Order: sequence, then structure tokens, then C-alpha cells
Amino acid sequence: MAGKKSLYMKRVDGRKIDEVRPMIAEIGIVPSADGSASFETGGTKAIAVVRGPRTLHPQHMQDPKTGVLRVNYGMMPFSVSDRIRPGPSRRSEEISKVVEWALSSVVDLSGFPNTVVDVFIQIPKADAGTRVAGLNAASIALAHAGIPMREMISAIAVGKVDKTLVVDVNKEEEDFHDGEGSTDIPLAVTSRSKEIALLQLDGKISPDELMKVIEMGKKACEDVLKVQIEVLKSGSVGDE
Amino acid sequence: MVSEKRQVVVPGETIVSGREFLPGEGAYRDGIDVVSGRYGIMNIFEKHVRVVPISGAYYPRRGNTIIGTIVDITFNGWLIDFGGAQNAFLSVAEVPRYVNKNEMREFLDFGESVIVKVWDVKSRGVDVSMKMRGFGKIEGGMIVSIGANQVPRVIGKEGSMVRIIKNATGCDITVGQNGKIWVSGHNIDDEIAVKKIIEFIADNVTTNGLTERVEKFIKGMGLNVSKDDVEIVAENTDGEEG
Amino acid sequence: MSDYVMPNLQKEKIIECLKEGKRLDGRGVGDYREIVVERGISKNAAASVKVKFGKTEVYAGVHLAVAVPYPDSPDEGTFMTSAELHPMASNEFDIGRPGIESVELARVIDRGIRESGFIDFKKLCIKEGEKVWQVFVDIVAINDDGNLLDVAGLAALIAIGNAKMPIYDSENGVVEKGFTEDSIPLNKDALSFNMTFHKVGDVIVADVGGEEELISDFRLSVAIGDNKGEPRITAMQKGKSGAISSKDMENILKLIEDKWVELFPKIKEYVFG
Repeated sequence: MAGKKSLYMKRVDGRKIDEVRPMIAEIGIVPSADGSASFETGGTKAIAVVRGPRTLHPQHMQDPKTGVLRVNYGMMPFSVSDRIRPGPSRRSEEISKVVEWALSSVVDLSGFPNTVVDVFIQIPKADAGTRVAGLNAASIALAHAGIPMREMISAIAVGKVDKTLVVDVNKEEEDFHDGEGSTDIPLAVTSRSKEIALLQLDGKISPDELMKVIEMGKKACEDVLKVQIEVLKSGSVGDE
Repeated sequence: MVSEKRQVVVPGETIVSGREFLPGEGAYRDGIDVVSGRYGIMNIFEKHVRVVPISGAYYPRRGNTIIGTIVDITFNGWLIDFGGAQNAFLSVAEVPRYVNKNEMREFLDFGESVIVKVWDVKSRGVDVSMKMRGFGKIEGGMIVSIGANQVPRVIGKEGSMVRIIKNATGCDITVGQNGKIWVSGHNIDDEIAVKKIIEFIADNVTTNGLTERVEKFIKGMGLNVSKDDVEIVAENTDGEEG
Repeated sequence: MSDYVMPNLQKEKIIECLKEGKRLDGRGVGDYREIVVERGISKNAAASVKVKFGKTEVYAGVHLAVAVPYPDSPDEGTFMTSAELHPMASNEFDIGRPGIESVELARVIDRGIRESGFIDFKKLCIKEGEKVWQVFVDIVAINDDGNLLDVAGLAALIAIGNAKMPIYDSENGVVEKGFTEDSIPLNKDALSFNMTFHKVGDVIVADVGGEEELISDFRLSVAIGDNKGEPRITAMQKGKSGAISSKDMENILKLIEDKWVELFPKIKEYVFG
């Protein structure tokens, strides 16, 4: 970090700048579904449920060459302090779409023409990083559902708090107002080819800092991937 | 040389490295690596690498025995719901006797259950047949539903597991590859016991020493464990290695 | 889009079993599945809980806000229940506007709580005619294996029983972040919980399972409270198209008498314990 000292030198929860919060994951949490998983980091928990491949209705939306992936993301009303009215919002629709694009880059539904694979993501508790937690849970759930996937997807929210680049931004860091404020960068990386499947940014950052923080993010995604692999191999990871 | 390992792999994981290995179903080649393309158990047989799913939906294959319900009747056949993404089609040409178009419902009516064999899988659906012995309409008994991928463990190596259940309860058991299992016994308590045992197996598919645990579970229910064969009427167990 | 078609032989087996007082999972007709309760899911909410009966699972949360009272009850807090029978829970539920099932479920639970007098609405008044507390109960179903009504009903009660009032700056009329140690003002004696009975074949069952629910003729939800050690009915709702005979009614009331004594203390513990 060049230039003036940052106003945010020590992280509020004592973590190092490249340290992720402890993660808890579980598979098979919704027995009636084809695949399901939960993924929790800090105060954020995401539940992902996969149903499919199943016939896509209405028929005119079917694709005779391939199955279709459909993501529906939502937050439970009591997940945040200001109650969220039940039902879709523009934010939830946007998140559904970027998550769908990310997952589509690794999923191969060419063997299931005219079908849909539905991925439902719900957030019972939120403390920043909801879309990345949702994507992490969805990646595990799709694998659990036996859906053909070339690789896994791991996601983390990286960011800049005043001048400090950090990994796994929490709510307090997201709300930081002093100096250059907070820049929030949700990032998702494919597990094998290490390509970026999701990238969004909200704030201010120089190109150099961006490259640096993406590298930090890719490294942190390795930690996430470890948890995703372990939960698939053993059923659960962490406290639960 | 046969080389089999019961090891779980995840999408993107390198299973084995080397150009002599060939990626089969569920695997793909990336450089010199053979990589898993799904979550499942890896299986290497004479340099052929494949990944067998352990969870998720049922994908029908030619030769599978499946159990389903008649949900629709057309002019030339019946549509069967077997829990797959699309319904299976049973043509009038694929039943043991001649059925004219006015007798369709009399032969097989809505809601009736059948055991059929998959003879073709196309993109628009699955074709089935009940011409052979051991296939046809089933009546009485009950259906226990489990995940299709748990079926091999319920059947066991050469049918050993399902034989243990049959001996302990005296029930006839026909296992559909689609995860539907038809249980028919002399009384309800025996049938309920079978359901409990099957569900126990389904909940414990990935554990080691499953056979011993199942035997313990059966004894805990007050039933007897015997590996000797009991007279079985209809045998339809095309199971895989358990 | 409804996918599942119940085979005739299965329906016949369920009904045949019930004639002997047995159910396919080994339960008796009045037996409940294992109940599991988890509290404190989200620290952002006044309360958030997860409740399971067997495999049926529901999340519920409570949120409090300050608002203008309804004109016809200027000195009372307000109460609103929402329910989402989310498509993640079952192949039977669709995405989109709430279906009639979720609307009915929310309204039945809402009425049961409201009419029982469990929440002391008058004590939720901050300034008559101007400011009162609004209580929101939000329910999200995660897995449907039968009897969502009762699981959701219990989850709502536990959430309300565990909810803490937000910190309120009365001088400036601002609700702050964080919660006090105070509960929502409740009349604990008015606690009324929901028991739904289904007629399957010829038999009345409690805590219906997934397959049984698909073939039941009618369901009757009954909210039951405590009147000095005796059960007291505070709300009812009949659903589905089958008609209730007087014998059915007798059997339901008998089941209530038998089961209530056993269940009510457990329910109280979940809600207040």
C-alpha cells in the first residue's frame, strides 16, 4: 500500500487482511430436494436447494438442445434488522441473474434437453456477503444434486476499507464511511481453471489495487474451496 | 487388472494423471489429467475412469428395471410417472397380450402401478416394455421411495442385502432402479419393518461396515438375521456391487 | 407444477394400515413426529427460529416497527403474519405471487394468535392515536413433508414468545439498532397452539405426514388454549372439500382431549422455556 496511511489499519474483528471468517457448511439439509446445502460465514448464512433436472413449463420456454439453469435468490424477512418485505425485489432479481451466470459457466446441461434445473437460494441471516455465501451454497448443492459440473465455484467478497485492501468483508467494514469509505467487490472463481465467474464492484479503486485485491481474493477462494470439498466428502464442516 | 476404489470425488478434482487413462462417463480430460465432471465415487477399471453419482435425480438407462404409476392413456399406449424429468411411454406393442384401443383402461388404468424395463432412452422420453417374465402390473403391497443412487446399497453385492431383508421379514421385495421399491408381505407390520430397514440403509449409504450395521438394526427391531435363502417368488434384482 | 401422482396401491395401503391404527412410519394415529426447535438463528431479528416435525421444516422470525395505529383501534398495536411456501420446500409449490395455500396458512395462523389474546395489543401502544408497535411474523417453509400448518403455527408462537423489544428512543421517536431484555407484552395464559387433524380413509390423524396429506378428505385446524387445565378452542378452520360427519367431529374432539394434556406442557416449554 503506497501513499498516506490508511484510516483502517486494524480489522474490527482482529482478522488479518487476508484472513477469512470461520466457515460452516452442511449438505442434504432439505431431504425432499435433489440437492441441498447450507454455507455460513460470520453472521451470514445461505441455504441452497436444487430441484431438477425436471420438465420445464411452459413448453415454449424449453430448449431442445439443453437443460436450462434457473436461479431464484431471496432473503428471509427477518434476516436483516430492517424487515424485508416478502417477495421478489429488483435487488434479488439482479443477484439471481449474476449468480445464474456464474453457475452456468461450469454446469453442463446438454444431456438434459427440455428440462430446467432450479436453484433456490434463501438467506435466513445476513451480515454482508450474502450473494457470495449464496453462490458457495449453490455450488455445493448443484454438485450434491449430481449435476454435471466441470468444476466448483468458490466466492468471497473482497474490498477496500479506506486504503486497506481486505478479504471477506463483514458488515461493519461494508458500512465504513471515513476516508475513502468502503469498496465492496464480490468475486467468484472457478476451482480448476481459476477464472472469474462473478465480479461486481461498488466504490472507488485504482486498477493496480483492483488487480492486487483480486489476487488476494483468488487465494481466499482456495480456503472456501477446501470447505466446499470437505462438506461434499464428509457431510458437514464446522460447528454443526 | 481390475482396480476399484470407493473414493468420493468432486467436480474439477483430478482423479488420475496420465495419457494412458481414458475419461469415461462423469469424467473429462484436461491436459494429462483425467478430471471429475460431477460429484460421485470414482471408478477406474482397466484404465477407464468414470464417476458414479451418489446423490441426485435418477437418469434412466437401457436395461433398467423401473417401477412407476400410470398417469395418462393415449391411443397407442400408456404414460408412466417414475420420478424422472419426463414420463416413460409404454406402447401397446410392448405388453404381453393384444390390447385393442377400447380396452386400454381395462388393461392398465390411471393410478395403477407397473414394473417395466427401459428399452430406449431418447431426448424426448423413455420407452419401456413389460413383455418379459417378471414385469407387469403390481397390486397390493406398498411403495418405498429412496434416492436412485442409494439403490445399489439396498440390493447389495449379488443381492445379498435385499436377501437379508427378505429373510428377516418374509416379504417380497422388488427394487426399481429409479428408487421405487415394491414391498409385499403377509401383514402390515412386516411391510412397515421393511420400509424402516430400507430407510435406514438409505440414510447410511456412505458409511463403512453397512452390512453389520443393518444386521444390528434388524436385530434391534426384534427380527432374525439369516443369510440362508428363503423361497422367493419374483426375483428382479439386477443390482451392482454394493 | 405438481409432479407427483400417488399410486392407487399406496393410497390403499395407507388407508388399510390406518384401519389397524397404524401409519406407514410406524406411528399411532395421534402421535406426533420428533419435534426439533432451534432459536436465535439471526441476531438481526427480534426473534428467529427453526422448527421441524420429522422432516417438515420451517423458519420463522419476528420484527417490530413503530407505525400509526389503525383508525378503529387507536390504542392498540398491530399484527401481521406472512408465510412463504417456498418452491424450495416441495415440487408442489410455484415461484411467483403467493399461492392460495400460503395465503390461507398465514391467515389461519394470524387469526389463531390474534384472537387468542396472546399478544397484549394495548400494551403495544406508545402514544394513542399516533404511535404504536407493529409486530410482524414472517414464516418461510424449507421442506414440506406434511403438516406445514402446525409446524408454522408453532414456529410463529415460539418466535413471538422469544422476541425482544427493540431499543426505542421515545424522546426522538426513533427505533435504534439492538434489543432490550424485554419480551413482547404477552398474556401467557392465553397461549393457544394449532393442532390440525386430517381424515385419511376412515380415520382421523394428527400431525399428518406428506403422503397422507395428499390423500386426506378434509383437514380441520383447531387452535387450543388452556382454561384452568382444560383444553379450550379459540379458532378453527376447515380445509379441502370433504365433509365432516358428526362421528368425525366426535373423534377429533376426543383426540384433542387425549393429546392436549400430553402436548401442551411441551408446547409451553418451547414457547417460554
